[in-house]
Amino acid sequence: MPVYSKKVMDHFTNPRNVGVIENPDGFGKVGNPVCGDLMEMYIKVENDIITDIKFKTFGCGSAIATSSMVTELAIGKTIDEALEITRNDVADELDGLPPQKMHCSNLAADALHATIEEYKRRNNKK
Amino acid sequence: MEGIYLDHASSMPVDLRVIDFAKPFLAEAGNPSSLYEFGQTSKQAIEEARSKVAELINAESEKTIVFTGSATEANNIGIRGTALRNIKEGKEVLASTIEHISVINPMKDLIKNGWSFNQVPVDKFGIVDLDSLKKMITKNTVVTSVMYANNEIGTIEPIKKISEIVHKNGKYLHVDATAAAGRIPIDVQNDEIDLLTLSSNDLYGPRGAGALYIKPGVKVQSVMPGGGQERGLRSGTENIFAIASMGEAARIAKQEMENESERLKKIRDSLISEINKIDEAYLTGHPTQRLPHHASFRFNFIEGESILLNMDMYGIQIATGSACSSKTLEASHVLLAIGLKHEEAHGSMVVTLGRSNNLEQVPKIVKSVEETVQRLRQLSPLSKLR
Repeated sequence: MPVYSKKVMDHFTNPRNVGVIENPDGFGKVGNPVCGDLMEMYIKVENDIITDIKFKTFGCGSAIATSSMVTELAIGKTIDEALEITRNDVADELDGLPPQKMHCSNLAADALHATIEEYKRRNNKK
Repeated sequence: MEGIYLDHASSMPVDLRVIDFAKPFLAEAGNPSSLYEFGQTSKQAIEEARSKVAELINAESEKTIVFTGSATEANNIGIRGTALRNIKEGKEVLASTIEHISVINPMKDLIKNGWSFNQVPVDKFGIVDLDSLKKMITKNTVVTSVMYANNEIGTIEPIKKISEIVHKNGKYLHVDATAAAGRIPIDVQNDEIDLLTLSSNDLYGPRGAGALYIKPGVKVQSVMPGGGQERGLRSGTENIFAIASMGEAARIAKQEMENESERLKKIRDSLISEINKIDEAYLTGHPTQRLPHHASFRFNFIEGESILLNMDMYGIQIATGSACSSKTLEASHVLLAIGLKHEEAHGSMVVTLGRSNNLEQVPKIVKSVEETVQRLRQLSPLSKLR
């Protein structure tokens, strides 16, 4: 049983930006229910800036907390800045994750990147 | 906030009557192998404990009981010690697919010594498939291990029938009774069990003691050579405090089991009937052939570690077979063995009741489960809940 930081528990207990965006500018999905983590992310983008972001996550405590944290890190950033957010950044902002959770449940940065890539494909940006 | 502890299968509080009884053995010197008087007092304490444990399972005599440091040790001695001692009979071992890891791993270890190890499937309720058992046991099957009842899904196995099949075709039956002992009556003579594992903590005794019942005439060899304590099967100076406590815990368990199990059954049945009302919630394990203190479930669309953390916020401690809460990050082999898909096994919740629980707690537990499931489903992309 992993021991979570207070910040992880805070984001698990009160996750930020939960939900879906109707008609999003970008949508991404990573993970699968078989391995126990699935994240879906939605963004609204204006002038290359992420103005709104929402997520839904099936998974463990750290899957939910990292999803919440990545949305907080990404909102208000340009898409290029948001693409630079790494898995480690998310874990660091949460005051760390248990070692065995670093690879399996730390998918939130991947979900963000997938969402931005999908936005770029829609808009024919490379 | 008053907490509600519902994880007695993983660890139980120690009965204070047991501590009071065995306290003198914790502080005082006295090696049972020493001939002076207080060494002999320690020896007597161990022999008394042996009798009490033997009585709990209706063993032939106190001589059938070997004390160990844990149930894991008892499983290792019972399986590896019996297999290796009787190697002339064959080189096959067999276990059900829902055995505890401390049964499966000693059997896997025997593969290195050229043994073959097979696992008998169970049905969707976790009951061992008797036809498969009949087919898989050969005259070379030295040890077959089937647990008395399962710790994760509460299912009680038809041990008497299993014993008949094992003895018709194979050699020895080992039964891990860690989850069942003290909850339901166990009679090793009536069930014709050859080897049986018990744990102190699961009887409200302290951690640090376990026991292996060995039927008279069954030959077992040491798997850990040393000073020859406990018939040479568990060398090392005896943990008298833990052993005396385990004996007293076994005595109390035998005395109080009937009433306590009836009491817990009412709480269990109330929880099962209420929690089953939640949309897409399912009981795991057998609906009737189950331990009196055990209620286990799975919920679609949500994950077990999140359930555990969320319930803890209400001051309620439960367990889960979710991969995400285990060291190996693998879903519970028990839940997969009863035919659940990985994504279904992730959403499991195990409730094991004990003496601190009562019927008055049921509404709070049920409400907390409902709210937990609702909240996590709102977060889940798999759920239709928005």
